[in-house]
Amino acid sequence: MSKVRVLVGTRKGAFILESDGKRQKWDVSGPHFAGWEMYHVKGSPVDPNRLYASQSSGWFGQLMQRSNDGGKTWEPVDNKFVYDGVPGTHQWYDGKPHPWEFKRVWHLEPSLSDPDTVYAGVEDAALFRTTDGGKSWHELAGLRGHGSGARWQPGAGGMGLHTILLDPSNSQRIYIAISAAGTFRTDDGGTTWKPITKGLHSQFLPEPTAEVGHCVHRIAMHKSRPNVLFMQKHWDVMRTDDAGEQWREVSGNLPTDFGFVIDVHAHEPETIYVVPIKSDSEHFPPEGKLRVFRSKTGGDEWEPLTKGLPQSDCYVDVLREAMAIDSLDSCGVYFGTTGGQVYASADAGDSWMPIVRDLPAVLSVEVQTLA
Amino acid sequence: MRDKKMITVVLPAHLRTLAQVSGEVQLEVVGPVTQRSVIDALEARYPMLRGTIRDHVTQERRAFVRFFACQEDLSHESPDAPLPDAVASGVEPFLVVGAIAGGLY
Repeated sequence: MSKVRVLVGTRKGAFILESDGKRQKWDVSGPHFAGWEMYHVKGSPVDPNRLYASQSSGWFGQLMQRSNDGGKTWEPVDNKFVYDGVPGTHQWYDGKPHPWEFKRVWHLEPSLSDPDTVYAGVEDAALFRTTDGGKSWHELAGLRGHGSGARWQPGAGGMGLHTILLDPSNSQRIYIAISAAGTFRTDDGGTTWKPITKGLHSQFLPEPTAEVGHCVHRIAMHKSRPNVLFMQKHWDVMRTDDAGEQWREVSGNLPTDFGFVIDVHAHEPETIYVVPIKSDSEHFPPEGKLRVFRSKTGGDEWEPLTKGLPQSDCYVDVLREAMAIDSLDSCGVYFGTTGGQVYASADAGDSWMPIVRDLPAVLSVEVQTLA
Repeated sequence: MRDKKMITVVLPAHLRTLAQVSGEVQLEVVGPVTQRSVIDALEARYPMLRGTIRDHVTQERRAFVRFFACQEDLSHESPDAPLPDAVASGVEPFLVVGAIAGGLY
């Protein structure tokens, strides 16, 4: 029988939750790395027992951990992230040049074909890769070398590279997103990059349709259609049908189009999920009602999903890494909150239950569907 | 023959966990006993601590890490200044401390 493993990163440690395919009873292990900020934990798609974790603290900096047994034991691997060449400057909050400084790893994206190859998105924004299971990390410097780097600027949470999407049909194509630089694509395995922001409109920019500077919060893809991407931007939910050459807004009837997460159903590529957040100044659900919104039409038309979710006095946030989808026949959807709950739906969002609650604030949620 | 000294280092809890040690650490330091030589010896014995006490590239002390010894804060001393004799002779420990940083979380 299938099993599901949920990897939860929080402000104060990582937790691993396991269940059978019914997804009703959950075993919780953790905290792993108690007291540390766990920005992201993710497993290899080709070796599910190979996990990678980003462990950091304001005191002691960045550590990287690797597990070969599904998270039962861990070993520290290389934590040296050094920008290639002279790093140069990006814009600071006041618009002045500020030197590139490594702060932490936001996102880990294991290769689709090799368990020893992992991409790491870091703050200040850059893309790194290991090809030896974490023993060494090297920057793919063509991204910062695109020429627009001097105009990138941090969002309120820092200038992090937080989304890495690997095209399953083309090993040379990768999409990444940065707050607040926008989104970029490479078609040559990371050597050169181009901004793919046509159609984005950001009111906070002096030039709202500028090539770079957009605060992209998250991008999602269905593996069967890698040219179709869905984006939750600072404001606006967007989609592209041509690998980012042109975006269009699909916010439709959402109560607010601000938010962080976005994801795609495992078996229905036009079914997508978001969690609307009231505004950029009030990071909690509108009306104190925690609602996931689902569109079965690839955007524009949205329905609220509320069964099992608190519908009054709920003022948590759902951060950009904190939604995931399993691939069982009845698709499971998971998300974590800054209030420490992880909610799961075993029926594609129709109903929800907390599978753990009262954890530290949840930073990331990933799920592995195990044979 | 170069001068060897046994130094005692006390790590904060998170770094003890990372290094998989339960108490004080005894280190052999060759030559002058300074912040740099002590941390060099510490990182050589426990490579997983590299980058956690001082920056990988600049080798500067991380902002929220402090170095104490003999009831003194030595954090702002030169990394190449000799540590107190009591540390160099192993009588007093060299303390690596996580700075107090309020209560944000």
